[in-house]
Amino acid sequence: MTHAQAGHNVPLPQEVFPIAYQRGPSGMGPRNARRPQSSGGPMRPVAWLIGVMGELLVTAGLVLGLFVVWQLWWTDVEGARAQSEIIAGMDWEAAPTGPETAVENHGPPPVMEEPPEAGTLFAQMYIPRFGDDYVKPVAEGTDKATVLDTIGIGHYVDTAMPGDLGNFALAAHRTTYGKPFNQIAELKNGDALVVRTEDTWYVYKVTESKIVYPQNVEVIAPVPGVTKDEPMPELTKRFITLTSCHPMFSATERYIVHGELEYWSPVGEGKPKELIS
Amino acid sequence: MYGLLWRAIPGPGWFKFLVCLVLAFGVIAVCFTQFFPWLSDYMPFNDTTVGE
Repeated sequence: MTHAQAGHNVPLPQEVFPIAYQRGPSGMGPRNARRPQSSGGPMRPVAWLIGVMGELLVTAGLVLGLFVVWQLWWTDVEGARAQSEIIAGMDWEAAPTGPETAVENHGPPPVMEEPPEAGTLFAQMYIPRFGDDYVKPVAEGTDKATVLDTIGIGHYVDTAMPGDLGNFALAAHRTTYGKPFNQIAELKNGDALVVRTEDTWYVYKVTESKIVYPQNVEVIAPVPGVTKDEPMPELTKRFITLTSCHPMFSATERYIVHGELEYWSPVGEGKPKELIS
Repeated sequence: MYGLLWRAIPGPGWFKFLVCLVLAFGVIAVCFTQFFPWLSDYMPFNDTTVGE
């Protein structure tokens, strides 16, 4: 039965509880009870507030979406460009290319001093497994903002320098920021890791890949695997260690690649055969 | 909020739209160059190093 049929005998809610329907914004009555004809008038404060909150939430959602775009895509665009500019700007004498490959020296290599200042460029990294044209800059220190995000590969402070006895330990992003170590999981034992300083090639060969927890700092010990509590044996080998995040887009674990120096060669005598495809 | 902005910009509709585009671009630029790099330092998924 409708009100019309009842001849308005049943009282409307507004008539029973007039006060509730005449209160202001905090009133409990249905909104439409007071606003059927006021569509052109100013919005009431509560409605306005809810509208603004809704707009703020939508804006926050858009900003979060933009952050994902920035992190996953834009840092890569910027990082890859910055890293190739750094390589181009290093302006080192190009190694002669030709049929003659670099002579393999197996004796103690020349070792440069560790740069005192974080962020100093001192080497280039060539990894043929990552592509024939793969070359990335290596700088001192593993600070995120000044080295890993902007330059590429960072050298753990106080670990060995290229060619030295001990462990030449490096870190780089596996995703985002130009991702120098994106394909780190594709490295196989025997793959070449070629480090170039201004004067010398150091050719390392991968010996082991593994996954550890972030607190397993013994992977970058002078002899990998020797923990702080154990006595460090006399250094006889020249290791290299790459660290990156694992799994991708996570920081739960670290992907570790160890290698050992196979030979070294002066840059002026040609390119290592590993870099000639 | 955005309604106020829309009404605050003078001129015809297409002009308001253009101004909004420029404003949006500015906000995105500030996010990309200032806000996101700062925010990413607090995100846990970019750590690549071992150690504390």
